[in-house]
Amino acid sequence: MAEPMRIRAALQGDVADVRILMRHPMETGQRKDAKGDIVPTHFIQNVVVTHNGRTVLDAQWSQAVSRDPFLGLRVKGAKAGDTIVVTWTDNKGDKRTDEATVAAAS
Amino acid sequence: MFMTRGRLAALALALLASPIAAQDGPDGLAVGRQMLAEDNPGELWVARGQRLFFEKRGPKKASLESCDLGLGPGKVEGAFAQLPRYFADTDKVQDLESRLMTCMVTLQGFTTEDILRNRFGTLDNDSDMEALVSFIGSKSNGMKMNVPLRHAKEAEAYKAGEYLFHRRSGPLDFSCATCHADQGRRIRLQELPNMTDSKQVQTVVATGWPAYRGTQATVRTMQHRLYDCNWQMRLPDLGYASDMSIALTSYLNHRGNGGVVQLPGVRR
Repeated sequence: MAEPMRIRAALQGDVADVRILMRHPMETGQRKDAKGDIVPTHFIQNVVVTHNGRTVLDAQWSQAVSRDPFLGLRVKGAKAGDTIVVTWTDNKGDKRTDEATVAAAS
Repeated sequence: MFMTRGRLAALALALLASPIAAQDGPDGLAVGRQMLAEDNPGELWVARGQRLFFEKRGPKKASLESCDLGLGPGKVEGAFAQLPRYFADTDKVQDLESRLMTCMVTLQGFTTEDILRNRFGTLDNDSDMEALVSFIGSKSNGMKMNVPLRHAKEAEAYKAGEYLFHRRSGPLDFSCATCHADQGRRIRLQELPNMTDSKQVQTVVATGWPAYRGTQATVRTMQHRLYDCNWQMRLPDLGYASDMSIALTSYLNHRGNGGVVQLPGVRR
């Protein structure tokens, strides 16, 4: 089972600064394990970020993205208390969805 | 937080004005370190460690909630800041990792061999120990290191650690002090903390380990740091949770008393 993401969303003016940490091996298919066998490709293919249900980012990733990826984006027109939902899907069909609430400017 | 344009420009100017300082000091690198620290992947280990701590695991199907880390059963807040310390039930001075091992064996029924096999995570296998240490370390954040030196065995471990720190040995005739008792030393680009300087030892002890290692894609613990230092000195492998590792940790952590904990760290 995929581990939860860590999502931070904080308001800066009317822009929400969203930072997402994901836990994923992001295997390129070129690494060998301790036994010398090739570790099959395993990477996040699709990332969708929604703001109050509206898609604000729909990204297609490849195995070029690092292990345990970090994604940062800025969402215009956000207000404190808004909901940010992040979903990733990997090439094995594994999925993970987590959500965060936009925090007021600090 | 994102840097303002003004600060970026000021930084660029500072870099132009003093290329030598940028090479020697952490000025330019500090920006990158700051960004890494704000979104430290180590937080993912903290979350996993928290789950593992409360999960019923092992042959005895027990959680670690009744594990006594020195401040009473199940109390994790502030535990890291007061370790290593003497434990009456094992009649030993134990650091966080050896204490967790005791709990995992006695409460959860894991075997020592199982724990040792999984002590350091690899790209293929995550280490439960690294996650648990991250979680417990983070529970002392904001507190000051306050390692006790009351019991005779604690004093003994401290003295042994001090001796080991300065004792030169092995084919390279190195001691810890060879690299860690001077100002401004480094291995390639890695600055080496001077452990004889009280400010630096406080910083290392309170914010150093456990830390997410970018090059290893996992959190590494103090035991791993000492193991790796030993290897770099071409000494025989340092046993995990061995008396020697705990003596060195006792010495360093006690000298780090007063440092404000902020864990997990993040390192190259």
